[in-house]
Amino acid sequence: MARRKAFRWHIAVFLAPAVLVYTAIMIVPLIGTLNLSLFGLVEGSRVFVGLRNFAILFGDPRWSAAFWNALGNNAWFFLVHMLVQNPVGILLAALLSSPRLRMAAFYRTAIFVPTILSFVIVGFVWKLILSPIWGIAPNMLDAVGLRGLFAPWLGREEYALTTLALISVWQFVGIPMMLIYAALLSIPDEVIEAAEMDGVTGWSQFWKIKLPLILPSIGIISVLTFVGNFNAFDLVYVSQGALAGPNYATDILGTFLYRTFFGFQLQLGDPHMGATIATAMFGIILVGVCIYLFAIQTRLRRYQF
Amino acid sequence: MTRSLSLALLASTALGGAAAAQDVTLTIESWRNDDLQIWQEVIIPAFEADHPGIRINFAPSAPAEYNAVLNSKLDAGSAGDLITCRPFDASLELFNKGQLADLSDLAAMENFSDVAKSAWQTDDGSATFCVPMASVIHGFIYNRTAFEELGLEPPATEEEFFALLDRIKEDGSYIPMAMGTADQWEAATMGYQNIGPNYWKGEEGRKALIEGSASLTDEGWVAPFRQLARWKDYLGDGFEAQTYPDSQNLFTLGRAAIYPAGSWEIGVFGPQIDGAFEMGAFPPPVPAEGDTCHISDHTDIALGLNAASANAEAARSFLEWVGSPEFATLYANALPGFFSLNATPVEMENPLAQEFVSWRESCEPTIRSTYQILSRGTPNLENETWNASANVVNGTETPEAAAERLQEGLASWYAPQQQ
Repeated sequence: MARRKAFRWHIAVFLAPAVLVYTAIMIVPLIGTLNLSLFGLVEGSRVFVGLRNFAILFGDPRWSAAFWNALGNNAWFFLVHMLVQNPVGILLAALLSSPRLRMAAFYRTAIFVPTILSFVIVGFVWKLILSPIWGIAPNMLDAVGLRGLFAPWLGREEYALTTLALISVWQFVGIPMMLIYAALLSIPDEVIEAAEMDGVTGWSQFWKIKLPLILPSIGIISVLTFVGNFNAFDLVYVSQGALAGPNYATDILGTFLYRTFFGFQLQLGDPHMGATIATAMFGIILVGVCIYLFAIQTRLRRYQF
Repeated sequence: MTRSLSLALLASTALGGAAAAQDVTLTIESWRNDDLQIWQEVIIPAFEADHPGIRINFAPSAPAEYNAVLNSKLDAGSAGDLITCRPFDASLELFNKGQLADLSDLAAMENFSDVAKSAWQTDDGSATFCVPMASVIHGFIYNRTAFEELGLEPPATEEEFFALLDRIKEDGSYIPMAMGTADQWEAATMGYQNIGPNYWKGEEGRKALIEGSASLTDEGWVAPFRQLARWKDYLGDGFEAQTYPDSQNLFTLGRAAIYPAGSWEIGVFGPQIDGAFEMGAFPPPVPAEGDTCHISDHTDIALGLNAASANAEAARSFLEWVGSPEFATLYANALPGFFSLNATPVEMENPLAQEFVSWRESCEPTIRSTYQILSRGTPNLENETWNASANVVNGTETPEAAAERLQEGLASWYAPQQQ
């Protein structure tokens, strides 16, 4: 009997590579960052300062104004994704899964392709499209007599962030579409047939039968969007630069972190305040994901077929 | 057997080492990626011809990323032997951290005036850590062909300047001025720092600000913002989203008449325009006729030695060469618009570069106001000035409000401004 309780070495052996690699490239740097945020430079040498950096970040009027501005912009960036990207993704998936649609494979590919493009290309191409000087957007609007609607969107404080968020939506709408499409395909035909027998068809079938069945996927997509948006940096950096102009209107946590950590132009990098911002970002994302895991996911009803 | 084998291995390593020592390769870190070709085709061959055994590798990165990239490389110990130095605090910080070597004892330092060296010295001037290479001058480059076509003359005063802009605008065939605010630094560097010295009286105003006897809300510092606010009407359609390359292209394609410039553009514009039209230049207009003109003649670029370099000796002989009149002539002519800081006068062939440098005779030179000492704290005055200048040109902040915000930010950490 005792032999059956022997330590199962193979579990440890099989887990080891993943655990070691993950620890080395994720856990150790994460702890290093958290640790760095508790230190500061006092007269040129690095000393432990406890939570002083956090007191500066949230207490100093300039630092806190910059932080809340970045967080507010980030929240808006996320909101645009939740209100546009995910509903449009679901809509596209619903259309694609319709058996009557022709060339579904073509649409699926075409909509998904931007997702695999680099941020640098997307940022640059859209900057060119929207350019008031060389862009095709003003000419296209002109062709339909709506030239008056054109504005240098990326250069105006009131539009720049929304414009960037919509560019990002254009790029990533393929991901919710694919995930929902897969979820829709996995709904068994019996369920659909039963619904049809009961006279539930068309849109009401989508709302009453399919949507409840894909809710868990929508939840996962929301979490992915949340984490992705609060870690976003590339698109803003590529199209607006590290100063996130105009007048910090497109400054999100990622660009704020970059400017602080690495410095910009004459501003020297401050790894300690940078790590403090990174820690705050980590906290925000952790709280967001926990809210989802404990408050939402546990309440989602699951259906067994 | 094993012993002889290990001996043989040891010998081969030693020989290999010796072979490497014969041919030292020095790597230069720089933000001047535009100059790569000139370094490779003109400057490096000239040096290597005289110095057998030393090879030079010019390895630039993008200007906007240079400081961040360089700092990371220096911290990680992977930076090149020679470091292109930004002026003032960015390099001073590296010297204080022990990452740049002290070059005060370099013989070539004799060739530079104290003003030229001031951007790469400790505050007390006791140590110099980079060999000055060049300064850049601000002014306005204009399309002479267009001016002749419209019968216009370069302006001398502020009033004439705006009258000129009005006439170009009325005519309608050219955008009066090519500048955008999307990149922000254009508005600050080509705008505020370009025209500003005439209002804050160059060095006098700049030094008063450092001493704390003047403030950014004084008339001399607000007036340039008032000027910038008026520029808005003369910039191209959608200038808020116009980037620096957009502005350059608008001018070189002949669509804009005037370009608020730094002299470094001369080398870029010449080949791009390729004779399609003639260029001319005028210094920033003075407020009233008869005022002394002030220009920004900014010590911009120097070369230092990585303190951790394994090839310090070879690198020093390269730096001696960089400090020589020979290099000055080579550099100033290969890169028109980068003016040598060497005390020996340099003959330049480019007429536009000659025009720029001629202002040194008639105007008082100064450097950019935010570079020395004043950008040491947080908020960083230079970066804030970018933001404020762009806001003022965009019309989203008044000149007075912008100046007040800058002053508040500066006074929040800079003791002489707190009284």
